[in-house]
Amino acid sequence: MMEIGLNHYLVLSTILFSIGLIGVMRRKNLLMLFFATEILLNSVNIGFAAISHYYGDLTGQMFAFFVIAIAASEVAVGLGLLIVWHKRHNNIDLDNMSTMKG
Amino acid sequence: MFEAISFYLFAFLTISMFFITVTTSQALYALTALAAGMIFISAFFFILGADFLGAVQIVVYSGAVMALYAFGMMFFDTTRDLKEKQGNKFIIYGLSIVAAVLVVIIFATPMIADGVPALYPIIDGIGNTQEVGIVLFTKYLIPFEVAAIMLLVAMVAGIVLAGKKMDLSLTMMNDAEVKDFKEEQNKKVLS
Repeated sequence: MMEIGLNHYLVLSTILFSIGLIGVMRRKNLLMLFFATEILLNSVNIGFAAISHYYGDLTGQMFAFFVIAIAASEVAVGLGLLIVWHKRHNNIDLDNMSTMKG
Repeated sequence: MFEAISFYLFAFLTISMFFITVTTSQALYALTALAAGMIFISAFFFILGADFLGAVQIVVYSGAVMALYAFGMMFFDTTRDLKEKQGNKFIIYGLSIVAAVLVVIIFATPMIADGVPALYPIIDGIGNTQEVGIVLFTKYLIPFEVAAIMLLVAMVAGIVLAGKKMDLSLTMMNDAEVKDFKEEQNKKVLS
């Protein structure tokens, strides 16, 4: 209990990942959906850093850096698209984005 | 001892903050809770000895991403309550937990089987930032450059999408159109 091992971090990563997935599934607002995506990426980063530490290998940290870079660019492009959609349709709910529905 | 105390403290704080983020009906509460959760996550990186990663986490997430979200929220109407999907709760929670456990198993299986040798072992005696620099600029130089190009593309895309009249290009117009455009601009300035 007092000795923190790899399993502790993996369990924490699992819990955070499931919180993020719950957010992705129950949110309607696209901005809130982006927040849930950030939680997913961060939980994976914790897993990478923990495995990197407990196996004495720097590859995990490298991947965490690239995940952070991807998250930053995703936010920039996603918010830009969201602003364009909001200018045209005046809301950002997922239910209204069904133009490709058959 | 202190490692255990700090791990449990920050685990509790992070989980509660992210739980607030996904459950609250106020967009501003979600934003602030997410920012707090990001800072608490950097604590894990510091505990794990990944100092540079923790610093990058604070700078990029709490600095850049949160500021972007805060500015983005000015465009949207965030005061009204958010509507939620009214789906089957058991399906949502069950699927989430199953998917999360699957992802962690994907991570952990090769580790348990000891099938992954350390490619770039952590060297004793030099700091984490130095090690990261050495590995990043030797073995991961090409991915690093590709990530830089990706960030540049994302920046240009963000500016073009969010800016006004970005679909107009003076170089693509012929002379008459440019003249009309300039006259229009002058009218706007004068009025």
